[in-house]
Amino acid sequence: MKAYLNRLGKKFLDALYYTGGIVLLGTKATLGVFRPPFKRRQVFAQMSKIGVDSLFIVTLISLFTGIVLVFQSAYQLQKLGAERFIAHLVSIAMCREMGPVFTALIIAGRAGASISAELGTMKVTEQVDALQTMASDPIHYLVVPRFLALMTMVPILTIYANFIGIVGGYIVAIWKLGITSSMFINSTFEVLTLKDIFSGLFKSLIFAAVICTVSCFEGLNARGGAEGVGKATTLAVVISFVLIIAADCLFTAFFYFV
Amino acid sequence: MIEIINLCKTFNGHEVLKKLNLLIKKGQTQVIIGRSGCGKSVLLKHIVGILKPDSGQVIIDNQDITRLNEKEIDRLRLRMGLLFQGAALFDSLSVGENVGFVLREHTDSDEITIRKRVRESLELVGLRGIEELAPSELSGGMKKRVGLARAICARPDIILYDEPTTGIDPIMADAINTLIRQLHDKLEVTSIAVTHDMVSAYKIADRISMLYDGRIIESGSPQEIKDTKDPYVRQFITGAARGPITD
Repeated sequence: MKAYLNRLGKKFLDALYYTGGIVLLGTKATLGVFRPPFKRRQVFAQMSKIGVDSLFIVTLISLFTGIVLVFQSAYQLQKLGAERFIAHLVSIAMCREMGPVFTALIIAGRAGASISAELGTMKVTEQVDALQTMASDPIHYLVVPRFLALMTMVPILTIYANFIGIVGGYIVAIWKLGITSSMFINSTFEVLTLKDIFSGLFKSLIFAAVICTVSCFEGLNARGGAEGVGKATTLAVVISFVLIIAADCLFTAFFYFV
Repeated sequence: MIEIINLCKTFNGHEVLKKLNLLIKKGQTQVIIGRSGCGKSVLLKHIVGILKPDSGQVIIDNQDITRLNEKEIDRLRLRMGLLFQGAALFDSLSVGENVGFVLREHTDSDEITIRKRVRESLELVGLRGIEELAPSELSGGMKKRVGLARAICARPDIILYDEPTTGIDPIMADAINTLIRQLHDKLEVTSIAVTHDMVSAYKIADRISMLYDGRIIESGSPQEIKDTKDPYVRQFITGAARGPITD
């Protein structure tokens, strides 16, 4: 019994340490954004790596999501003779949920894994220590540019994903379901409100902060060579995924049911 | 002058440093010898302030680094250069950017001055025209030399070497040892090297101290260490498999 309680206590302390570490890193990164010197070159490099390099995969996934969404909903809505609501469904689903969440998951899997692997390798090869010995703060030099890049690129990619998803839905609706182009476009603009778009964008900012803090924290705490880096990368992706979905539940409830 | 007083550090219940005391005079090359994992690198990391001790003091020119805030530690760090065991060059930067890192990050020097200083530092370690190469294109020995060039580029007062000859062939190791001695003579710096390579220790040291069981058990000139009667030091410097350290 005592051993069980000891283990439980240790797990609780570990969870507390982890949460504290994530919150502290997130706070330091946020404050670091306003503290000179500003690493413009690193920020643009990260924006290109995180944003531009993810464009193709975001395009593919968003397009297919829009297409599948229309196919699945059309199957049900046709039975009720309510095909004209397909544009409503696609645009709202993409802007409120699918766009922000899928983009965040893609970035967590792609850029988040890459960030934790890169920082983890730097940690185990003493490059992070080298930064410190050369009087450079690893958080300011490594985390802040990634934080800024993610906070900028994830919302931009989300807007792009929303658009491509709706385009995917449009293509299927026009070609397969016989809905006219003007009807689809009018229905889309008729139903979408600013709240739908901005609640999705707000969530994408939260997801970006989650991806950055979790990936950087895991990377900077990697230990034990290649195995440690692999473990940190896996954990970064898994924890980011869980936290993104949890944050999505929380903020969806907050925006639409509180 | 660097003075280490009663330094203690424990990792996961394992006492690595136990009230360690050491005095390093200005302009001296101090070599710390000891078995792998005995805490030599931990000691270096305390000197540069990367690790905080559980208790004790590290006094560098009358400033106790354990009591300074991050900004004050950074000011002190800019007076030091550290050569890491694996060189720890930044993969994402070129050789030139690695060597000129401190100057670019912490001085207002213009690009022409920085490039000139980078070239001079690389020439001091016997390398030329490799500024545009990536660290991944270098051999182990070249990486160490570039690491050394990076450590000396800002002309520090104190240079620390973590296992400077580990992982390189004996000829390159001798070249590195000669380089350390030359840098010491040319730049008149205080040097601290940790190593378990006795050839290197005898070649570069003004003074050698042996770290064993978390403490300095003997200090002396290279000749005094060679003539030691201490059985622990004797076993280590002769590399005997049997003796008080292993029994």
